[in-house]
Amino acid sequence: MADAATPTPHAAEHAAEHPSYLAHHFAGIDQQFEAGSLGMWVFLVTEIMFFGGLFAGYAVYRHLYLPGFEAGSRLLDVRFGAANTAVLIGSSLTMALAVRAAQMNRRKALILCLILTMLLGAAFLGIKFTYEWSHDYEDHLVPGMGFSYPGPNAPAIQLFFCFYFFMTGLHALHMVIGLGIMAVLVWMAARGKFDDGYYSPIEVSGLYWHFIDIVWIFLFPLLYLVGGRY
Amino acid sequence: MPGHVLPLRIYIGVFLALLALTALTTGVAFIDLGPLNTAAALAIAGVKMLLVVLFFMHARYSSSLVKIVILAGFFWLALLLSFTLTDVESRHWTPAPAPWSAPPQPAPKPVALQPPTRPATP
Repeated sequence: MADAATPTPHAAEHAAEHPSYLAHHFAGIDQQFEAGSLGMWVFLVTEIMFFGGLFAGYAVYRHLYLPGFEAGSRLLDVRFGAANTAVLIGSSLTMALAVRAAQMNRRKALILCLILTMLLGAAFLGIKFTYEWSHDYEDHLVPGMGFSYPGPNAPAIQLFFCFYFFMTGLHALHMVIGLGIMAVLVWMAARGKFDDGYYSPIEVSGLYWHFIDIVWIFLFPLLYLVGGRY
Repeated sequence: MPGHVLPLRIYIGVFLALLALTALTTGVAFIDLGPLNTAAALAIAGVKMLLVVLFFMHARYSSSLVKIVILAGFFWLALLLSFTLTDVESRHWTPAPAPWSAPPQPAPKPVALQPPTRPATP
């Protein structure tokens, strides 16, 4: 593979013995890359447990108040949930392609894929905030902010919406953080910080982004679908 | 170069499979399968998660150390969910012991402290 950052033969010689992005305590770029991925995965394991507590709580209270949770689930608009799932899967694809572009030294494709990922992530949040949360507020479904439901099981439905807003809210917070990370990556990529030898920030940010996608892959059926739509 | 460049068709194929599974899980929710609805939704979500982890997150091409960390994470999540749900599910299997569910009894009279009696000396 050609090294992108080799302006002079001397720099090429120096880069061959010790690339500037290789920290001294690593044996080589492969080991440095794997250490980065491993560290990110350890962080993601803590994130699994972080969201796992909410999933466990949701499972317990759904078990205890099943009719209310099923009724609450049917109050959500499945069209927006499904559309947002597709949008987020698309953003995962562009993120994976961003990593591939970095691996192949395609800087313009890398920046394009990162910006597409940001746009799709912003589209997800836009649908979430403007079409879902604001409508929930108008329908008096936000606990603590004038919740009222005329039918039966109102307390259990309020509990369902507590879980709904905490889970989707925590997920949305992760996406906002992800968008900030992407913005930094675009800036670094535009300054030529990445090439096929060094793209660990792209790879580990991609792991984070895909993790957010996986959380939504479980939130979508658990919140929108398992109440039954028939 | 560290890492492993996957061919484009793998990424596109995984993307299309994820979209198809999303359509499938949404469609299944409109059919009454009884308890199988929840099982189907979770199974499809699990397959989608596997596709993302294995290909988008490159777990399939990662070192054994990374794979062990990933599996450890899911193992701890399984412990969290299974022990919590085992507790909730099994609480009603046996009735609470009688004294716990009996109405509260009046507090027993305080026992006056007796001075220690010296044993009779022979």
